[in-house]
Amino acid sequence: MKFGIVTFPGSNCDYDAHHAVTDALGAEAVYLWHKSHDLEGVDVVILPGGFSYGDYLRAGAIARFSPIMREIVAHARRGGPVIGICNGFQIACEAGLLPGALMRNAGLQFVSAPVRLRVENPDTMFTNRYATGDVLRLPVAHGEGRYTADAETVERLEGEGLVVFRYVNAAGEVDPSANPNGSVNAIAGIVSAEGNVLGIMPHPERAVDPLLGSADGLGIFQSMMAHVSA
Amino acid sequence: MSRFRVSVNISPRQGILDPQGKAVAEALHSLEFSEVRDVRVGRFVVMQVDAADRASASQRVREMCDKLLANPVVEDYQIASVEET
Repeated sequence: MKFGIVTFPGSNCDYDAHHAVTDALGAEAVYLWHKSHDLEGVDVVILPGGFSYGDYLRAGAIARFSPIMREIVAHARRGGPVIGICNGFQIACEAGLLPGALMRNAGLQFVSAPVRLRVENPDTMFTNRYATGDVLRLPVAHGEGRYTADAETVERLEGEGLVVFRYVNAAGEVDPSANPNGSVNAIAGIVSAEGNVLGIMPHPERAVDPLLGSADGLGIFQSMMAHVSA
Repeated sequence: MSRFRVSVNISPRQGILDPQGKAVAEALHSLEFSEVRDVRVGRFVVMQVDAADRASASQRVREMCDKLLANPVVEDYQIASVEET
């Protein structure tokens, strides 16, 4: 199983993602340069966090036109797994791989803090190692993470079980004070209608070892491993 | 071929929460500009564009807005001016 981690100018979580999938998960990983047109035979693409192209114009707006993105969109259209984390989630939305957009946090501040997420749907290739209602502890670090979509899209996401992670409090309940950015319905992560693209604002790759404060994120990578190996 | 100075206003769509605009409105209120009712903060883009005429310059800029400059999910845009330079 081989992961491809894209490095855009301004990516800064590519090394964390590499560490997560190689050292913590034990899979193979390569870095994919944004100017390349070659996915190098990877099974899974990771769009990592960071500030690609300085977040100029809108977060992810310019990265989505990078040369490598044409191949990644084709990979996703073929059903290939793609995981967009933080800035990667923003890029996936801008590229049309996921519906909606990530806007300026409602509180206007950049939020860097551990948050709790509840697993809403364990029947995806990214969450099959979790159970419904599991509460994960993962860090967030973003200024533009407020998930927004029109009412019809939100209704479809909810109705089809495409909302996979939601911000919750210590009791595992949705609570405005536990929502770090004001996302609609406290949405923290969604999958595409076909189920092969995950966008998540918190950072599972920074929570893969108890030494880092949490190993709760490892399950996402283990889920993909279980899915691809199956 | 002529050169045109095209300016575009991009703003958050109506109904979409604009926390930046809200913060600016609150700051204006605290400066005693109590007449301010609503503030929305967007972007203003000015570019020099070579085109055969005004219509084709604004048509091309519209395409640029649809593709890159604005995100139709959350933003509206308006071509504010097209001036031959």
